[in-house]
Amino acid sequence: MKEKDSIILLEIVERYILGEMNPDERMHFEQLRKNDVEIDQMVVEHTLFLQKMNRFNEWNKFSTSLETIHTHLSEEGKITAPKLKGKAKVIYLFEKYKKTAAIAASIAGVTALTVSAAMFAFSSKNPESQLVQLKTDLNQLANKTIRQDAEIYQLKNQTLNAKENKNIAYTKGGTSFVLDSRGYLVTNYHVIENAQNIAVQNSSGKEFKAIAIYSDSHKDLAILKIIDSSFKELAAIPYGFSKKTGDLAEPIFTLGYPKEEIVYGQGYLSSRTGYNGDTLSCQIEIAANRGNSGSPILNSHGDIIGILNGRQKDLVGFTFAIQASNIFSALKDIKSDTNINDSLLSNIKLSAKSNIAGMNRTQQVKKLQDYIFMVKVN
Amino acid sequence: MKEVNLDQELLLLKGLAKNDKKATETIYRLNFNVIQAMILNNNGDEDDAKDIFQESMVVLFEKSRLADFELTCSIKTFLYSVSRRLWLKKLTQNNKTISHNDDIDIVMVDDDIESHERKDAEYELMQQSIIKLGEPCKSILEAFYFKKQNMQEIAENFGYTNAENAKNQKYKCLMRLKKLFFKQIDK
Repeated sequence: MKEKDSIILLEIVERYILGEMNPDERMHFEQLRKNDVEIDQMVVEHTLFLQKMNRFNEWNKFSTSLETIHTHLSEEGKITAPKLKGKAKVIYLFEKYKKTAAIAASIAGVTALTVSAAMFAFSSKNPESQLVQLKTDLNQLANKTIRQDAEIYQLKNQTLNAKENKNIAYTKGGTSFVLDSRGYLVTNYHVIENAQNIAVQNSSGKEFKAIAIYSDSHKDLAILKIIDSSFKELAAIPYGFSKKTGDLAEPIFTLGYPKEEIVYGQGYLSSRTGYNGDTLSCQIEIAANRGNSGSPILNSHGDIIGILNGRQKDLVGFTFAIQASNIFSALKDIKSDTNINDSLLSNIKLSAKSNIAGMNRTQQVKKLQDYIFMVKVN
Repeated sequence: MKEVNLDQELLLLKGLAKNDKKATETIYRLNFNVIQAMILNNNGDEDDAKDIFQESMVVLFEKSRLADFELTCSIKTFLYSVSRRLWLKKLTQNNKTISHNDDIDIVMVDDDIESHERKDAEYELMQQSIIKLGEPCKSILEAFYFKKQNMQEIAENFGYTNAENAKNQKYKCLMRLKKLFFKQIDK
């Protein structure tokens, strides 16, 4: 018998054994079995072998569940067996809470989506309403961490209280970068929207109180001012601000706070316009996470060409940036706005020249990271 | 001895046969300590106790899955008797014997143990064969026969260009596994 025929025959036999044949086929095949000893033999032999394989699988599954049960019961003190120590214990706890953590994470995800969906439904009619804004729900994360910590502490019979209470006050997060070394920063409006308290945190983890001094929901821009007395004026800003959009396929990079630590990302400019042809923004190809909102987008010379903005709701993988020229026009607005009485801000001059143009990326990033701040809001 | 609720025992065994976690855990919880005590009192340690108890659980599991399964004694008596036999067997290999008196009834479980040992040997053979089979055969067969994935899914998961190619590969793997398995039996 040719191999091809053997394969077909085996498939038929398996379908027969597993009861996947319709009555007609079945009758036909049973007739064949009666007339052909070889096929009959094959059915018998293969049924036996499948049974053996099946039993092997069942035993494996059963033994695994016995192990789990044993560990579980001894940890709960329901059987008198030695409890796990050290590494084994950590693995056991991980296994135990993995499920809970996954459920918690999925709930958190759903909540975040619902919250942003609700926000869009009630806020603007702009194209932005179709964007999922990149926000970190720090509060949820903090709560989750504290809850899991607490469970572990309890198990260890330690009476330590969860100490991360400091973070709990903040509900949202994003990124901002320095506009002027005297403590002015720029970020997305949606990051600080409805905020009562704002704080910014530098790359070494130091936190400063800040206020929003200017905001424009249409451009999705906001300017923050650090009002903390512990803040000391920074050295001159290393990067420049570009009024031009940048060229297609131009390499770009970003620094932001999708998590507690600063994160570097690189990509390229993929379209000179944004979502639905929006000319205020542009489209970039870069790995962006929640919390990257407000991150600067720089070209290889170290010029800021945009501010990372949001993620289009349905098309994962599309990232947009507000063009840096919007910062210039915002500053112009501020000058003519009589409600804003901040002489320093009115006189900010953005440098068009970057002083990190000749450096390699590692050096550029080193210079830059002191000027990128995490935004925390409540 | 306490009266045993027969209905409840039958229910537990039905659950056990289906590898139901709750039923298995209940049986485990109600019987582990007494068997561990027997082994600790007879030159065994906690690891021995766990091994022997879990092996008797497998014997009970196998028994509960038989079509003509009948409960002739309580679960506790059965597990205790099997564990005792298995442990005695291990001890005699080292020229030792069980010295302590039993607080629990003992029934004859020779047939069960014999059938278990036969299956256990087969299990070992299958395991050895699957290990020798190697990847990707191992995973392909697992996907098809244990996880019940269809050929289309398997082709996608393993990166075959189409289901037909995956089917050819599966066929070759199965033939190799059979060969490995029966070669060991003949030895």
